[in-house]
Amino acid sequence: MDAEVSGARTAAGREFDIEFKLLIDAIYHMYHYDFRGYAAASLRRRLRAAMSRFGCRTLSQLQDRVVHDSAAFPILLDFLTVQVSEMFRDPAYFLALREQVVPFLRTYPSLKVWVAGCSAGEEAYSLAILLQEEALLSKTIIYATDINGGTLQKAAAGVYDVQRIPGFTANHHKSGARSSLSDYYTAAYGKAVFKKSLKDHIVFSDHSLATDSVFAEVQLVSCRNVLIYFNRTLQDRAIGLFREALCRQGFLGIGAKESMRFSSQAGAFLDFVPAERIYQKRAEL
Amino acid sequence: MNLAGRIDAVVIGASAGGVEALTTVLPALPPGLRPPIFIVLHLPRDTPSVLVEIFTRKCAVPVREAEDKETVAAGTVYFAPNNYHLLVDEGPQISLSADDPVHHSRPSIDVLFESAVEIYGGRLLGIILSGANEDGARGLAAVHDAGGITVVQCPQTARAPHMALSALKLRPADWVLPLDEIAGMLTTLDRGAVAAQAN
Repeated sequence: MDAEVSGARTAAGREFDIEFKLLIDAIYHMYHYDFRGYAAASLRRRLRAAMSRFGCRTLSQLQDRVVHDSAAFPILLDFLTVQVSEMFRDPAYFLALREQVVPFLRTYPSLKVWVAGCSAGEEAYSLAILLQEEALLSKTIIYATDINGGTLQKAAAGVYDVQRIPGFTANHHKSGARSSLSDYYTAAYGKAVFKKSLKDHIVFSDHSLATDSVFAEVQLVSCRNVLIYFNRTLQDRAIGLFREALCRQGFLGIGAKESMRFSSQAGAFLDFVPAERIYQKRAEL
Repeated sequence: MNLAGRIDAVVIGASAGGVEALTTVLPALPPGLRPPIFIVLHLPRDTPSVLVEIFTRKCAVPVREAEDKETVAAGTVYFAPNNYHLLVDEGPQISLSADDPVHHSRPSIDVLFESAVEIYGGRLLGIILSGANEDGARGLAAVHDAGGITVVQCPQTARAPHMALSALKLRPADWVLPLDEIAGMLTTLDRGAVAAQAN
């Protein structure tokens, strides 16, 4: 079937495939960002969007721009790493953390949480608020990591358009909120700025699930809607890092439509809240 | 229209009136088909999808919600999960994405169709059914431009004709048909899994 399928590919499509691999390799060699293990389907779509932004007719033209103009790379990186999130996205996930994981987290003298692929910080702030509501934030450090330095700066600023706040508030409410979201931000000039008391417990830093290794022992990893952008091999690497980073019986939360079905690491975890894709690392590991 | 030997995969897009339209089309699929069938049907966000349940009861072929990174199986109907884009990737394999909505839609028909064109090229059958927005028009144009076969539900017979009309405005379709004739056409798809399917 493979031969048949590639035979059906148009000439333009085959050229695109070749240029695609060359561009991804060029980015890796020039800028040390490794997209080689990313799912091609989404990456192709993002690259086509980038081509139109840069006014390039082919990926070779885009490669020329990116290799010879280092100012162009951060713009391309934004296309390649675009992640859409919101605070308390999938409120049932946060409710499950609150009701079923927090009781375990209470038993530790100090807590470390890793938000992997934190994008603009929505998930990290959501967890900080949840832990504040559960009176755990004062003993917690949240490591929020991403590969895009520009996005990390935005995340560290914690400033969001005020139009997004009603959606965040509705989600927060459904997550079993014990306080009002408005306790955690001040609104001015169309922006909501999240409070320093949350930021004091979050460390935003550059980390790649494709090339970096583990940096701390943590009790909880939350990595949602990141693995879907990886191929099976890179998913496996990422889940391996989470396994290594987690303490005995630590918790891992992934996206609602992500699974460990194709990972060789699956045996290291128990289903903890299957409906919300929350797993627990086995005690014997 | 006989599709024998011409089609490796089918992509279908619909929104308003789509469940009704699919209820005529999908039960016609005979068991043991070779091409997989990928479907994006717009649903209100946060409604749990009952599509798999509904159509499993009505269909002779396996009906599943598409799961990220699963290998595409012959003759299987895959529905996009609500709130995720469904893409076909190399393998062929399923890839989901949480990227921005396209035409206010996630899943988007354009995203599915354009990704399927990258994998199946001209051996793709694209079908646009009833719907009230213009998602799918660009996707169907991509199927057309790659040399695939395009089918649009006859707008006069669609509960919501806007999607069909938008598609027809962008490119002429190979076939503009009422639902029962679309259903009839699908019975001519190839049968029997191929040996290489296990990949």
